[in-house]
Amino acid sequence: MIYIFALFLLTLLVITAIAIVRAEDLFVAVILTSIFSLLMAINFFILDAADVALTEAAVGAGVTTVIFLCALALTGDQEKPQKQGQKVALVIVSILALVIIYSTFDNPQLGDPDAPVHQHVAPWYLEKTPEYMDFPNVVTAILSSFRGYDTLGEVFVVFAACIGVLFILGVSPPRKAMQVSVKKSGLRHHLIPQVVGRLLIPFIVLFGLYTQFHGEYGPGGGFQAGALIATGVILYALLEGEAEALRAVPRRVLLGMVVGGALLYGSVGVVCMLMGGAFLDYSVLAADPVWGQQLGILIIEAGVGMAVCGALLSIFHAFAARERVS
Amino acid sequence: MIDLALDILSWILLTSGGVFVLIGGIGGLRLPNFYTRIHAASLTDTMATLLIFIGIILQAGFTLASLKLFAIMLFLLLTGPTATYALANAALLSGLKPDTGTAKDKTKENAPE
Amino acid sequence: MYILVSIAILITMVLAVVRALMGPTVYDRVLAVNVFGTKTVLLLSVIAFLNGRPDFLDLALAYALINMVGILAVLEFFQNRSQRNAKAKHD
Repeated sequence: MIYIFALFLLTLLVITAIAIVRAEDLFVAVILTSIFSLLMAINFFILDAADVALTEAAVGAGVTTVIFLCALALTGDQEKPQKQGQKVALVIVSILALVIIYSTFDNPQLGDPDAPVHQHVAPWYLEKTPEYMDFPNVVTAILSSFRGYDTLGEVFVVFAACIGVLFILGVSPPRKAMQVSVKKSGLRHHLIPQVVGRLLIPFIVLFGLYTQFHGEYGPGGGFQAGALIATGVILYALLEGEAEALRAVPRRVLLGMVVGGALLYGSVGVVCMLMGGAFLDYSVLAADPVWGQQLGILIIEAGVGMAVCGALLSIFHAFAARERVS
Repeated sequence: MIDLALDILSWILLTSGGVFVLIGGIGGLRLPNFYTRIHAASLTDTMATLLIFIGIILQAGFTLASLKLFAIMLFLLLTGPTATYALANAALLSGLKPDTGTAKDKTKENAPE
Repeated sequence: MYILVSIAILITMVLAVVRALMGPTVYDRVLAVNVFGTKTVLLLSVIAFLNGRPDFLDLALAYALINMVGILAVLEFFQNRSQRNAKAKHD
């Protein structure tokens, strides 16, 4: 069964990828990238990785497409023609692809119970999660507690990306009032998208909060929740305009969320150290170690969600509020 | 007995939902004009969604999953036609004229007056 | 039962991608992306039931909400672009 799905989806993936590379109109390339993200999300879903599929769908097909379109609004629409060096690049990439395909012949079969990774790593996690943490979603347990250090690094990477984009696009510090140009845009004058959009925004935000707190029992967690809440605010910005969205959630709040999320995560680790355990060892946070683990995971997921939401919205506003250099 | 009836009913609903999905897909390829293709796409947005989701809800019974399925169906029925409306409106305002034989993008300035 | 529906939805996805690659105007491609998004939600719900995992329905719910935001963003951008092109032709 999975082979039929994989046949369809992977073939579509290859065709879409070739079409993206060959498209000269960048707008078409962005639309095809959205389809590519969706295909990847379905692929992840079929492979039973629901958390990753949710993140890919929320971030790839939603926020990333919007940010690409905002970036396209600032630059030209056609790809610059590039004539030299194509043959050499093609040969090098083909050789590398053949080497990589050859090296995958050594990989174990999909889902093979004798694969090395299923011998001691996976069974250990599967046994220790009910013992230490007592909730069903092992992915969240690994992400936030067993490998919490890596997730801390990820939050800092998101933070650094946000700061990097803000530096490049030259946003002045929030003390000065930013002159946001009031663009005359079409969607604000249409009744039907306005009504339906206003109906949907509370549901999107509510669903984002549900995903945030439900991450221990089903697919979800901080990253997905941040992306969903950012999508809700982006919908508001599309319907009402940039200026209204900046008045609803100002830049100071966004920067505060990014910084606050990263700080929250780090400070949970420091508090754990102060209370006598190791860095990011949540068992010491409460009298009962299981409840301590759950409390720690709750707080750091909140930190991750805040950081991701603030970062995505800051990047969106940094692109969308600029005037096009004509 | 009631299980068998539910099974047959959901089988009928799912199969006809699948047929509508296929009809919508084939129509999207074979119809000549952008505005006619919207009609084909809207088939899948509404009719197929209703049939397939009601078929699955009948199988799921009275659990939390049925509520979620009902919510998904509601959101699809609400947002699908809105997106189609916005798309058709944007196309019309940009000057894509309906009722043409070919699918070329004519702007308002070049239209013969 | 579910398998037939999944195959029908997959075939329609292929047809939608063909329309996205082939469409002469940009609006055809945006329509194809919209259709693809709706099919994704349907496919996710059907497969979630096929595998007996009803708690994966959260993905379908998330994507049903996000689909519209992408299409509205594309249209907003495209209106700005055609307004800019019209103004550039005037000057």
